Amino acid sequence: MVTLPRFNRNNHHRLSELTMSLEPSESTKMPTTLPKSSTGIRGLDEITAGGLPSGRPTLICGAAGSGKTLFSMEFLVHGAVHFNEPGVFVAFEEKAEELAVNVASLGFDLHQLQRDGKIRIDHVHVERSEIEETGEYNLDGLFIRLAYAIDSIGAKRVVLDTIESLFSGLTNQAVLRAELRRLFEWLKEKGVTTIITGEKGEASLTRQGLEEYVSDCVILLDHRVENKISTRILRIVKYRGSVHGTNEYPFLIDEEGISVLPVTSLQLNHPVSSERLSSGIPALDKMLGGEGFFKASSILVSGTAGTGKTSIAGSFIDKACIDGQRAIYFAFEESPHQIIRNMRSINIDLQAHIDDGLLMFSASRPTLNGLEMHLLNIVKLVEKFRPSVVVLDPISNLITVGSNSEVKSLLTRLIDFLQSQQITVVFTALALNDNKTEQTDEGVSSLVDVWILVRDIESNGERNRGLYVMKSRGMRHSNQVREFVITDEGLKLVEVFLGPEGVLTGSARETQQLVEKTTEAIRDHAVSRKDREIERKRLVLESKISSLKEEFESLQEELNKSYIEDELKKNIMENNRQELTRKRDDLL
Amino acid sequence: MNQGTLPTQDWDDDDEMDNHFELSLYIAGASSNSIRAVANLREICEKYLGDRYTLRVIDVHQEKSLAEKEQLVALPLLIKSRPYPERRLIGDMSDTQKVLKGLGISGE
Repeated sequence: MVTLPRFNRNNHHRLSELTMSLEPSESTKMPTTLPKSSTGIRGLDEITAGGLPSGRPTLICGAAGSGKTLFSMEFLVHGAVHFNEPGVFVAFEEKAEELAVNVASLGFDLHQLQRDGKIRIDHVHVERSEIEETGEYNLDGLFIRLAYAIDSIGAKRVVLDTIESLFSGLTNQAVLRAELRRLFEWLKEKGVTTIITGEKGEASLTRQGLEEYVSDCVILLDHRVENKISTRILRIVKYRGSVHGTNEYPFLIDEEGISVLPVTSLQLNHPVSSERLSSGIPALDKMLGGEGFFKASSILVSGTAGTGKTSIAGSFIDKACIDGQRAIYFAFEESPHQIIRNMRSINIDLQAHIDDGLLMFSASRPTLNGLEMHLLNIVKLVEKFRPSVVVLDPISNLITVGSNSEVKSLLTRLIDFLQSQQITVVFTALALNDNKTEQTDEGVSSLVDVWILVRDIESNGERNRGLYVMKSRGMRHSNQVREFVITDEGLKLVEVFLGPEGVLTGSARETQQLVEKTTEAIRDHAVSRKDREIERKRLVLESKISSLKEEFESLQEELNKSYIEDELKKNIMENNRQELTRKRDDLL
Repeated sequence: MNQGTLPTQDWDDDDEMDNHFELSLYIAGASSNSIRAVANLREICEKYLGDRYTLRVIDVHQEKSLAEKEQLVALPLLIKSRPYPERRLIGDMSDTQKVLKGLGISGE
């Protein structure tokens, strides 16, 4: 993440410099580096490796409206509020009251700061028409004034905005130049960190060549307009005794003041994750090794118009939100309401996620800002909202505000930034030419980790959507072209139907499906007829078995009957015999 | 040098207020510019104004808060607060013609 290093050690540095002789151990351990004063301006301390040179003057130059005064004021207020370094603002152009009003929108309460003795504003008014020059003079008045202001609040920071105004108020250039040189030396001796602002000149950095006197640090602010789109640029022209970024850094001025976000792509050493993230379309996950995308990967969905790129992005973001992840949808073509309404038609309720605070929409026309501004906005929002998933829909439109190489550079840096933050990003891109669908206009296909292509397959007088995974780094993925249908219930990938002429889509597929259904019905019918016959045969056999059983039983009974009779006969005869024997005995 | 004033004299003229000069000369310590300015101005005033002026010489080092209050930048600075309009003259007052022009006196 782009963190703000809070270099609050400046006082300590300065102290250690003074007490070096007392603590030789410290000075021998590490060579004294240039002590720096943190500006508190987002990102600037990163570029300057800590801030402006402490106790030395820094020149901020730029054209009118480039943000010099705001820059200086932020430096002063942050110093007073966060670093306990009171500051003096010497305004040559604006009155204290005007200044207070101008920076009130940033939440700076200059009145309160002045009452607390943290900031002192001195408006120096020099009007040539009121002044007659009658001989030799110097700027002792300004020196005394400044010394008084600095000493009265123990200021550590001073801003002179814009000291060049003196040149229009006083005519003796030789005196002025000599006095300015003396002033900067004097400020250095005082040990105050000073910002001197200067208006941009024709051939030199400043109109009066102030850069000759301020040799420690020079920062150039620029406000560039290209293709009617403005971009603010900051560049460190020189910084004596310190390493610093040398690029042109775009910066933003908004309600939070100045933010410089150096989004560069110097390194390729992000941590990687093997965690997987569902695409929201089960069949697509299956095509991607069964589990979906890698976390923090970049996914490009490209395709011709109306192929459902936004719907794929939508279902991805829907799934992420359902899983409780935060997401930002950067829309460059449609308004959030339009997207929400359209997604509702495929049973995706994005509004619910917005209500839950999981989803954030940021819609802007590409032409609203320059490319760098778009990048800054994205980075700022991402840092504020901390999403796990980001969608940019579509990146194609960015080409209207920048050249191909610029867009590619932007996307490279964006991907780098998002990967370093472990954020998964989905880009959608419009492929303009149907014949060349394998090439995106932005040339980003080589940058992304996963490239999903959605294209029209035209055959049998109809258009159908085919989806395939062109590439997917680090996973086994399907090589199949799958038919992709948008239904009321969401996006679906239809099972592959292979016909004699290859993959069948649309009505051809449905025909094939019907044919197969018929065959199945007929087969089912045949099977059931056979079943019935078997059942009948079984019944016949079973009835035969039962009749035989009955026959056997009657036979058995017959046999039993004669047997019992015999037994009875035998018993009776025995009885009779015994009876006769007993009778005979009685007679005897 | 601080608060150095010359005695004023009561004038009976009607245009007393218009003719009386109230001058404040701001200087920075005993710098050469300051010393020259005081000397030059005194000379001019004596020669062209006679007694019609009040001159205060103020060392800004002694009263630093004045610097902001009086919008001091370049020193020495002479402020003519009367007669109106107020005029500001900077420098060591060595260019007599310019001093006179600044004070609104035609130098004969």
